[in-house]
Amino acid sequence: MERPFAITLDVGSSHANRTGSWRVERPVYVDRLPPCNDACPAGEDIQGWLYQSEPGDYEAAWRLLVEDNPFPAVMGRICYHPCETSCNRVQLDEAVGINAVERFLGDHAIERGWSLPAAGPDSGKRVLVVGAGPAGLSATYHLKRLGHSVSLVDSAPKLGGMMRYGIPAYRLPRAVLDAEIARIVAQGVDVVLDHTVDDIRRERDEGGFDAVFLAVGAQLGRRVDIPAGDSSRILDAVSLLHRVADDDPPMLGRRVVVYGGGDTALDAARTARRLGATDAVIVYRRNRDRMPAHGEELEEALDEGITMRWLSTVNSFEDDRLVLEKMRLDDEGFPQPTGEFEDLGADSLILALGQDTDLSLIDEAPNVVVDDGVVEVLPTMMTGESGIFAGGDAVPSPRTATVAIGHGKRAARSIDAYISGEEPDQPGRHELASFDRLNTWYFSDAPRTKRPELERARRQSTFDEVVEGLNEENALFEARRCLSCGNCFECDNCFGVCPDNAVIKLGPSERYKFDYDFCKGCGICATECPCGAIDMIPERI
Amino acid sequence: MTTQPIHFYQVGSFAVGNRLLDDDGRTVQSDPNRTNSLDSGHRACQGCGEALGARYAIDAAMRASQGRLVAVNATGCLEVFSTPYPETSWRIPWLHSLFGNAPAVATGVAAALKVKGRSDVRVVAQAGDGGTVDIGFGCLSGMFERNDDVLFICYDNEAYMNTGVQRSGATPPAARTATTEAIGSEAGNAFGQGKDLPRIAMAHDIPYVATATVADLHDLEDKVERAMQVHGARYLHILVPCPLGWGSASSDTIRVARLAKETGLFPVFEAVDGKVTGVSPIRHRTPVEEYLSIQGRYAHLFGKHPRTDIIARIQAMADRNITTYGLLAEEPADIDPKGVDV
Ligand SMILES: Cc1ncc(C[n+]2csc(CCOP(=O)(O)OP(=O)(O)O)c2C)c(N)n1
Ligand code: SF4
Ligand SMILES: [Mg+2]
Repeated sequence: MERPFAITLDVGSSHANRTGSWRVERPVYVDRLPPCNDACPAGEDIQGWLYQSEPGDYEAAWRLLVEDNPFPAVMGRICYHPCETSCNRVQLDEAVGINAVERFLGDHAIERGWSLPAAGPDSGKRVLVVGAGPAGLSATYHLKRLGHSVSLVDSAPKLGGMMRYGIPAYRLPRAVLDAEIARIVAQGVDVVLDHTVDDIRRERDEGGFDAVFLAVGAQLGRRVDIPAGDSSRILDAVSLLHRVADDDPPMLGRRVVVYGGGDTALDAARTARRLGATDAVIVYRRNRDRMPAHGEELEEALDEGITMRWLSTVNSFEDDRLVLEKMRLDDEGFPQPTGEFEDLGADSLILALGQDTDLSLIDEAPNVVVDDGVVEVLPTMMTGESGIFAGGDAVPSPRTATVAIGHGKRAARSIDAYISGEEPDQPGRHELASFDRLNTWYFSDAPRTKRPELERARRQSTFDEVVEGLNEENALFEARRCLSCGNCFECDNCFGVCPDNAVIKLGPSERYKFDYDFCKGCGICATECPCGAIDMIPERI
Repeated sequence: MTTQPIHFYQVGSFAVGNRLLDDDGRTVQSDPNRTNSLDSGHRACQGCGEALGARYAIDAAMRASQGRLVAVNATGCLEVFSTPYPETSWRIPWLHSLFGNAPAVATGVAAALKVKGRSDVRVVAQAGDGGTVDIGFGCLSGMFERNDDVLFICYDNEAYMNTGVQRSGATPPAARTATTEAIGSEAGNAFGQGKDLPRIAMAHDIPYVATATVADLHDLEDKVERAMQVHGARYLHILVPCPLGWGSASSDTIRVARLAKETGLFPVFEAVDGKVTGVSPIRHRTPVEEYLSIQGRYAHLFGKHPRTDIIARIQAMADRNITTYGLLAEEPADIDPKGVDV
């Protein structure tokens, strides 16, 4: 070949020089478990559905969400969102408003009339689900998707369990609940209402069921002995809420005292206020720090004019006079009596001291072990009797709807494995995507969007929903606040910052891959990855 | 109810790309079809800031000139690691002559193109800090004075790296180099010396002068783009950390550059016709210790007997920059102004 003057060699490309051989560490893409997902009792892929929401693809987001939980609109209202408590963004400014986005997606789906994925191909197997609360309905949904026939039985006249009979309408409007339940029923569920199961073995055998899921909840309000006169009006919070749900509210009078410190106590007091009580007072034997109720709910209650009597117990109730005893906390934080008493005028006393489970239906199933009033279960949710599973408030648990929904999902998968004679598979968990792995420089500063609340006057007297939803813009904004902890969100940083062009961009939603022929292992990509989705691992030399 | 438009894209404009942005809102580097002017297989050290800065700048210049670009390179790492004859990493017309004459060679290339009537082809010249502020300085000042149609880019790694980390006129005070050893009471490079080339360039009243770092790609690309819109002599000074010479971790190259800016030690600004017209405000103000302590060249300031007196002098330099250039934003911008409505 003819070469220009003084040129003796052709020009070659440095591509021939495989600098990958310099490497002592190699970058690898990883998917880590975001703390929100880790904390979700229903096992939702929260980061996943926020990611789908970010470009505005709400249907994809909703579809991913209902893979795990068929109740987004309900969850977006009543879930106590442990996801937000553990959100990494807390350490930057404020948690992502996951719950609000979930509600937006749930409401959006109801508006658009999206239906749940159809039932799976018929397996020919039949499952009896006792109790149509969150656990039972969730199990039903997942069992249907796995192709099993489900008979869903409840002693009440309507589906929903505690979501209907325990949670007041101002927190969960019935139209929302009905819409999400109807979607599950539309999968083809055999619903039996107003039917109390009193012998689980007989019910199972007569119906020829292959497996049973017990989700009977905890409906019995716990009572304590309080010396009271004949005319003194005492009732328990569960009955109060149940009767209000049935449109048959009891007469409570103007001055209502609620005894207890859980969320149910707050629900009862706020309900009493709406039924016309001018004074709604909560008496609790410890202080605010030790109250089991959730902070947000307490704030809302105080806002509505509920007053608190901390460090007090109810001693007696005579005519319209309650005697309270003052308590003090000992070194271990237990309340101890002080011998000091005070009076409090009251027309009625509502006991919100916890709930018990009616387990008479397993009297004839001795293998089902009951301990401390609840059913013992294995991690698979199976009881001591093979083929009988249990979940929700009837088993040892924090007793929230979200936990119950998680139980329902887990039980459905275990029941499926049991019916087909397989071992239930234990899906492995990714390592946690901790805050220190993030490079937060790249995230814009963006405070959280607050959900508007009904003005106080309106909400003290009506059962209208208190917390309003986000509009689309706010929901989108909130979704985009997600840091995508531990999961690539295609920001192109690795692709851009590599001095050796050793990152290959695979195109939308295909992410990237490393070109190990040229990657020198400097680790810039890993340091600059905003979400900590790249690990550097030692090269085997 | 009034609603606010959303100007928020999760990573705003800080990351290289963003799947939520339109193509024209993204960086050149996020484009899978970017030029990759400096190809893989080059022999720069792991984590080389200069290799990264050069690809950032030249890819942007390629886009701005629609691919009609000639680059002239001074001697230095960038030339040595990219072009061990007969192999080259450059995927653009590229010329190397000597250590000290790149501005003059570029002037010649620009003149030749003019004679040939090729006004579509643009010229950049590039050099390290040694090639720019020291040995190439005379030629460069002449190029500025004549207002030749060249964009000159200095990749500042604050020493003569290619020959083994000798001090240059851009080496900062107290830094240890092979010729400013960490011994004695005033260890490392002396205070009160060195040249501030961006300001010297401004004093020539050339149409465009700017500084940038490899830590802010959007800013760097914007500046190349703006420089390419102008004709005449233009100067871009890019801070490019050198893991080897600075004694920093190879994975920290961008982090170090970011800290140089966030501490105020390296003011990032732009000047048109000799006047500062814009600065990149500090986003999270950071004490200089954080920048110094992750670099081996400042190790003698820390350890058992930390030299708080010297650190304080360096902090005073940063504070002076902050005042001189007004580097503290009045109000931190909440939400990325680059976003568009839903
Ligand atoms: C006239 C001349 N003197 C000295 C050298 C040796 N030399 C080659 S590169 C270099 C240092 C370059 O330093 P800088 O310009 O800062 O670029 P860097 O390598 O740091 O990127 C020197 C001294 C040379 N090539 N020519
Ligand atoms: S930035 Fe590039 S060279 Fe460095 S480790 Fe990542 S892929 Fe490899
Ligand atoms: Mg140099």
